[in-house]
Amino acid sequence: MAYENSARSAPSVVDRLNQTLRRVPIWPLYIILSLPIPYFFYLGLTGGLGPEPINALEREYGALGLKLLIAGLAITPLRRFAGLNLIRFRRAIGVMTFVYILSHFLVWAFLDIQTLDRVWSDILKRPYITIGMAGFLCLIPLAATSNNWSVRRLGPRWRKLHKLTYAAVILGGVHYIWLVKGIQLEPLIYMAVILGLLALRIPGRRKKSG
Amino acid sequence: MANRWQNTLSENDVTPEAAFLNRRQIMAGGVAGLGLASGLGGSPALAQEALDPNDYEDITQYNNYYEFGTGKDDPSRYADQLTTTPWSVKIEGMVDKPGDYAFEDIMKAVTIEDRLYRFRCVEAWSMVVPWNGFELADLLDMAGVQSGAKYVAFETALRPDEMPGVKFPVLEWPYVEGLRLDEAMHPLTIMATGIYGNDIPNQNGAPLRLVVPWKYGFKSIKSVVRITLTDTQPPTSWNKANPREYGFYSNVNPEVDHPRWSQATERPIGGGLFARRVPTLMFNGYEEEVASLYSGMDLKANF
Repeated sequence: MAYENSARSAPSVVDRLNQTLRRVPIWPLYIILSLPIPYFFYLGLTGGLGPEPINALEREYGALGLKLLIAGLAITPLRRFAGLNLIRFRRAIGVMTFVYILSHFLVWAFLDIQTLDRVWSDILKRPYITIGMAGFLCLIPLAATSNNWSVRRLGPRWRKLHKLTYAAVILGGVHYIWLVKGIQLEPLIYMAVILGLLALRIPGRRKKSG
Repeated sequence: MANRWQNTLSENDVTPEAAFLNRRQIMAGGVAGLGLASGLGGSPALAQEALDPNDYEDITQYNNYYEFGTGKDDPSRYADQLTTTPWSVKIEGMVDKPGDYAFEDIMKAVTIEDRLYRFRCVEAWSMVVPWNGFELADLLDMAGVQSGAKYVAFETALRPDEMPGVKFPVLEWPYVEGLRLDEAMHPLTIMATGIYGNDIPNQNGAPLRLVVPWKYGFKSIKSVVRITLTDTQPPTSWNKANPREYGFYSNVNPEVDHPRWSQATERPIGGGLFARRVPTLMFNGYEEEVASLYSGMDLKANF
């Protein structure tokens, strides 16, 4: 692998970064990634999200969830193509993705739609919501098995199960494109990044597996 | 001829400017006021009595004006770039006196009235806006509508140098809208030139924009530069972009859902993070005034 070759001569920036990151504890990442949840909720309560805070909060949580999902997807290619090893942080990113999408769902269901029968009928009747919901459902077994016990217990099946991430991120990207009015640029950029990160995993391109 | 339509609210009901600010604090404190509004929501007559205008801030900082960007705060951020003087409206097609009508000349010829209207966006949020404006019928009368005309087409200014949003093909620019002639001549249909007694801000469609209170907000086209009288139904922007989701009529109708969301309820803007949804009224509460325009029409087919 590329970084092994460079390590023989002089330690590169990536090597030094990897060494430093190895000593960084993981738990603060959970706290840092959690902070925007109460922060945006507070802004929503106090007028900081504009005259219509419900939709704004829903979108903040949803967009951060999708960003984290994409960040999690970038970790393998970053190691493979840039030699940067962030694998230690992937679980925290994955678990926090779930927390954001769960928050997004809760704001939508309880602050936006407000009654459970309407929530249910929207999930069944509105394709973009059906798709978003399907993406959220994909994340549930992933979050539930994001612990050492599950990794040991499931063995090789764990890796297989966690390929559900790919389905979740595509569903999330389509959900975003579909929910906006007209053709807008931002959701298309997200989709391009998602497809790019998935394309890097196509087996033909792989020189040597992770 | 002005004053064809009278609000059930009297002058005494107009909220003095100081009270808007107080109300904002009251609204922030709780949802009691909204609970009351939702309790009355079922009855148009009562709901009319309960009309309580949104804060000036809400009306001028939460806008859809895609020529300035698709974010709700983009119009208030970028619309100050729009030059609104001089301004003229080209009136053409089936009229006796086609030509460019200067904004000042129009303002000299018309009577400006206060119109406190519900405003219901197709996105299922709503406001109450104290517009100042004149009846569209007065402007059309100035140009002299010919007997064969059946529709009115409208066009928004297209200024790539002043409108950062038109770089993106979110919609086909310029924005166009249309009404049937009887809808255009209805006394509820106005050209708004002000809000709360101030000149209408750019982000709300300066210097003059259509307001058709019984239709979804996107029908109320902003910053109008062209009005064309025709005998054929004119194309409309959202219908062109997505004919399955947006019809020519786009009358507010709680029984006809948008394919992607329900139109049965709406969220009044200004109620904060815990604002309750309220039932949407047929024709946005103007059923008594406008239902006769559509008698015998299938409103599900002609959405």
